[in-house]
Amino acid sequence: MNALVHFRYVSKRFGADFAVRDVNLEIERGKMTALIGPSGCGKSTILRLIVGLLTADTGEIQFDGEKIAAETIMKIRRRLGYVIQDGGLFPHLTARHNLTLQPRLFRKRCDEIEKRITELCELTKFPSSGLDRYPLELSGGQRQRVGLMRALMLSPELLLLDEPFAALDPLVRMNLQRDLKEICTRLQQTVLLVTHDLAEAAFLGDEIALMNEGQIVQRGLIADLRAKPANEFVREFISAQRGLVQL
Amino acid sequence: MNAPQQSRSGGLSPSRRLLRARGQTAVYLRRRLGSRRSLLAVASVFLSVTLVSADPVFIGSKKFTESYVLAEIAKRALENAGIKVEHRPGMGGTIILWEALRGGGIDVYPEYTGTIAEEMLKQPGASIAQIRNALSAQGIAMTDDLGFNNTYALVMRRDQSEQLGLTTISDLRAHRELKFGLTHEFLERRDGWRPLSERYQLAPSQVLGVDHALGYAALAKGEIDVKDAYSTDAKIGDYGLVTLIDDLHFFPQYKAVFLYRKTLSSQAAHALNDLSNSIDEGRMIRLNSEAERTKNYAAAAQQFFGTTDGAIATPFVSESFRNKLLRWVTRHLELAGISLLLAIIVGLPLGIVASRGGAVGHAILGATGIIQTIPSLALLALLVPLPFFGISARTAIVALFLYGLLPIVRNTATGLQDISRPLRESAIALGLTAGQRLRKIFLPLASRSILAGIKTSAVINIGTATLAALIGAGGLGEPIISGLNLNDHVTILEGAIPAALLALFVQFGFDLLDRVLIPRGLRL
Ligand SMILES: Nc1ncnc2c1ncn2[C@@H]1O[C@H](COP(=O)(O)OP(=O)(O)O)[C@@H](O)[C@H]1O
Ligand SMILES: [Mg+2]
Repeated sequence: MNALVHFRYVSKRFGADFAVRDVNLEIERGKMTALIGPSGCGKSTILRLIVGLLTADTGEIQFDGEKIAAETIMKIRRRLGYVIQDGGLFPHLTARHNLTLQPRLFRKRCDEIEKRITELCELTKFPSSGLDRYPLELSGGQRQRVGLMRALMLSPELLLLDEPFAALDPLVRMNLQRDLKEICTRLQQTVLLVTHDLAEAAFLGDEIALMNEGQIVQRGLIADLRAKPANEFVREFISAQRGLVQL
Repeated sequence: MNAPQQSRSGGLSPSRRLLRARGQTAVYLRRRLGSRRSLLAVASVFLSVTLVSADPVFIGSKKFTESYVLAEIAKRALENAGIKVEHRPGMGGTIILWEALRGGGIDVYPEYTGTIAEEMLKQPGASIAQIRNALSAQGIAMTDDLGFNNTYALVMRRDQSEQLGLTTISDLRAHRELKFGLTHEFLERRDGWRPLSERYQLAPSQVLGVDHALGYAALAKGEIDVKDAYSTDAKIGDYGLVTLIDDLHFFPQYKAVFLYRKTLSSQAAHALNDLSNSIDEGRMIRLNSEAERTKNYAAAAQQFFGTTDGAIATPFVSESFRNKLLRWVTRHLELAGISLLLAIIVGLPLGIVASRGGAVGHAILGATGIIQTIPSLALLALLVPLPFFGISARTAIVALFLYGLLPIVRNTATGLQDISRPLRESAIALGLTAGQRLRKIFLPLASRSILAGIKTSAVINIGTATLAALIGAGGLGEPIISGLNLNDHVTILEGAIPAALLALFVQFGFDLLDRVLIPRGLRL
């Protein structure tokens, strides 16, 4: 088995409610796994557990064979990239400073950092003229590109994307989806993408994991989910989304 | 023995030794913020050749003309005996002076036997011998009386008293419509308004609390009809007032004396005791009148010596307004600046801890909030009797520091709490340690709120620092208080206008600072 991340019977509760319940999940190397499901089903919680923003109540998560725990998390974070809905850029720092923050703290050499920035600008099609702007001086799409660059600065083994394009208008979103697919294919990047949009999941994901009420309901290709829905929820979720697309 | 005494007796106090060990900055700070005593200590090194004693005797006085004049007379008498003296004028009320005397903040101050028995010793009607014994037990000695009785009295406008046919306090009983304007001290005193009104069965329809000097103006204008006074007040003559006869002999004797610490040199004690029986009532009224007319207490004291000895010790040189203003403003900025610095140094970490919430966070915000609700005057009065504080700039700085704390702590806490969850989580996900997150991300993001808190503190401190003069710490409150005391608006404005300008200037300065310290990305 070549999975980078393993979830084994992972549960996380807030009060009496399970956000995630007995989840078993593998994230394959070099692939983009799309985690999809209705709002509030526990998708973001899965990502937060990997980043160590939350700790699991029961069960175990392994990253590259190492258990995610308080002692290991700082080392593991260096090997992760994390992008959230509005990019999570720090408004008091320029785009460039947002990018250099992490590599500088990890004592990367300046010329190396500069080289990486130039590379990533090209890769993400971000104009280098925008590097000295503050986040508020950039468009929503540009901010997401910088957010993506920041996550990729240290060439992470796993890229975690939490609804990265949800707040963008359709045209910008489409361009970014296309560019992201190109980038990840080129880098052979392992990605876990959270989305509630089936079309996005179908377009970007090599594989889909469908969640409901804190549990993974079905895993597979979009065609499998369509042809052999595991239960009534899967059928409804897929037909509801198709119905919208057909409008 | 407490710290001030040790430093006066020559050696360094333990705290000063410690500060010196911590290096130049600490010594400098201490010198700037330490009481005038530390400056004097430096000056006295140079002056000791010409002076008999290098350690000055500190004379205190209360916030009214006669107390100022008597303190100046004592000062002159001690100087004539070759003793180095400093007068700390207008340090507020009885409690503050008494505590300062006992604690060694001052060595001498003029007091009245009635006040000593009633207020300080709580032994109403005690004989002179009993008073002496009780004082002695606390390390304090008392001179014989200076020759006059400055008892409390009730005064009225002459025309009104004649019109109504009032000559005694008992006569007031039939005139409930008369408006009483009494000083706050008289209203509260054990030998003041409450027992007086019981004894005489007075129940006036209106009793107001008015400042002593302002009360005279109000009485002259007819805004009030009866007021408490000291029987030697110059204003009684100046405003054409009459003193109502104390027909039931309610008021105790208020013979003027000097109280001094028994540690005072015998030479100094002699010089003070030589002043006993040298001033009668008439003379005291004239000296008071002279002081109020010329607004120069030292000159009035000089007149006293001029007519007794026929010799003037040293000519009185009045300080130029520019020098005075510079001295006031410098001290004011020192008080407000140092306290602000302390409030930032302490408030910022407290604010960071408070931002995490929980029991500790609530306790911090609650405690700083409660301090803010204590009236500033009360806070000063509460600090003065504590061993470390006393009458000094140090006390004023600590009080201002405590006041400055809340805005900084609260704004730091809310500024940090207002940072959105996505930004917090992004900072953690990037692998930043807690310290790096705070320094590189969270504090800059909260900078606007934190600076606003510091600005609020600074402006509050500039305003509140005017009260420091009440405990002899100087600053722009000095002219305000003496102006209030003399009912002299020009003198009040000499302090009030610069203080207001200073507050505006500080506000303006902080607006400029905003542009430097708040990251540009947050100002878009
Ligand atoms: N910090 C939290 N405190 C309490 N409940 C939370 C918290 N974070 C998430 N939840 C709850 O856990 C469930 C899953 O949340 P989340 O993983 O964010 O859902 P999704 O990302 O799929 O929309 C939701 O019901 C949400 O309300
Ligand atoms: Mg979510």
